Amino acid sequence: MSTAPRLTALDALHRSLGATMTDFAGWDMPLRYASERDEHNAVRTKAGLFDLSHMGEITLTGPEAVKALDYALVGNISTVGVGRARYTHICQEDGGILDDLIVYRLGETEYMVVANASNAQVVLDALTERAAGFDTEVRDDRDAYALIAVQGPESPGILASLTDADLDGLKYYAGLPGTVAGVPALIARTGYTGEDGFELFVSPEHAVELWQALTKAGEGVGLVPAGLSCRDTLRLEAGMPLYGHELTTSLTPFDAGLGRVVKFEKEGDFVGRAALEAAAERAAGRAPRKLVGLIAEGRRVPRAGFSVVAGGKVIGEVTSGAPSPTLGKPIAMAYVDAEHAAPGTSGVGVDIRGTHEPYEVVALPFYKRQK
Amino acid sequence: MSNPQQLRYTKEHEWLSDAVDGVATVGITAFAADALGDVVYAQLPEVGDTVTEGETCGELESTKSVSDLYSPVSGEIVEFNQDVVDDPALVNSAPFEGGWLFKVKLSEEPKDALSFDEYTALTTGN
Repeated sequence: MSTAPRLTALDALHRSLGATMTDFAGWDMPLRYASERDEHNAVRTKAGLFDLSHMGEITLTGPEAVKALDYALVGNISTVGVGRARYTHICQEDGGILDDLIVYRLGETEYMVVANASNAQVVLDALTERAAGFDTEVRDDRDAYALIAVQGPESPGILASLTDADLDGLKYYAGLPGTVAGVPALIARTGYTGEDGFELFVSPEHAVELWQALTKAGEGVGLVPAGLSCRDTLRLEAGMPLYGHELTTSLTPFDAGLGRVVKFEKEGDFVGRAALEAAAERAAGRAPRKLVGLIAEGRRVPRAGFSVVAGGKVIGEVTSGAPSPTLGKPIAMAYVDAEHAAPGTSGVGVDIRGTHEPYEVVALPFYKRQK
Repeated sequence: MSNPQQLRYTKEHEWLSDAVDGVATVGITAFAADALGDVVYAQLPEVGDTVTEGETCGELESTKSVSDLYSPVSGEIVEFNQDVVDDPALVNSAPFEGGWLFKVKLSEEPKDALSFDEYTALTTGN
């Protein structure tokens, strides 16, 4: 294993834009270009352009690709039509979450799994092992793709000016092969910002060309390059979990309030089934802790790992926290004991470096876009 | 207000103006503001507080992190910048001007302050 950070195909471009770079899961990625708050607001009101080439693509092909995925993952992949995508989890035998994934069905017998950068190797190894008994090939496509996302209300217009693909027919969580700015791309209507938007999977050699074409197309409508810092505040406002924060191997999807991704009704066994059935029963009986939103009354920002307190007792833990540009206040996601989890529960605070700051308990998400 | 070349600096990226009537102004450098990212909360020392050179006297919180604020000099706080408390983004937009943080009546001269050239060398590695 080399310790030198991996560079995306857009690395030189980020540096020429003056990006502040950061190490993320072994990749050198743009954290922000100028003000992360401005980038966040641009995505909410106009559009932002992201390099997400650190995400891990794994392709499964062959007659039993879908059977392998149904066995390896908790979702019901056999119900995903060609050109559609599905959010799902891959779990351990004990039900713990290894990663959250998006699976795209690219063809009759071709699926692309997109894993988080930090888990790409783990997911690749697990899929390879779990698919061994099936007539399918698991291919590491991490180096085959650059990934560029354009997100925000102006993104459909920006993309429409560069492609003949039927974007109106492309529903949320759909993906189709097409051409954008003359570049062959898989065009997916997915994202991690809470806004309408697209993720474009292209060959790395075309990444710069595509980025520049999108930049030019978005010039008149306020498109800006956007880094990982605003990506985090955008997904937090949208109540979307981040692996390593809201999702870990010590939690099942039921603990994370995402039990709906587990499909017991699918045929045959899948990794984690027995443990997850027990977890579902526990969750139905008495949920131990619940994932809630917290909104600050003051101005200090809760961070991952801070204790949530009530009546002088620790009743939970913050998993993500940040100042919310949209709400204008600090917000957080936290796992709290069920008796303090109802929206509006009073007397809840966060221990911020020794001071108990008051917080309002709210249902997630903090922000929902007007459709 | 401040010409960066005429200020003194600390390894913790604060700047310190020359004292006028024994009172010096303190802020953080553009380098520090840039490294922090958007500042969202400033906890500044109160008027009357005693600060000690090299010790923490407040904190600056940004989108990604919290940073302790170290006093570059010993003395008594005679003023803090209410504008920054109300609008912490001033620290990013004008770190040497409207984003100043507090004013100190010096009890002694700073011992470890760096010159502009020394600080520039520290932050550029030259």
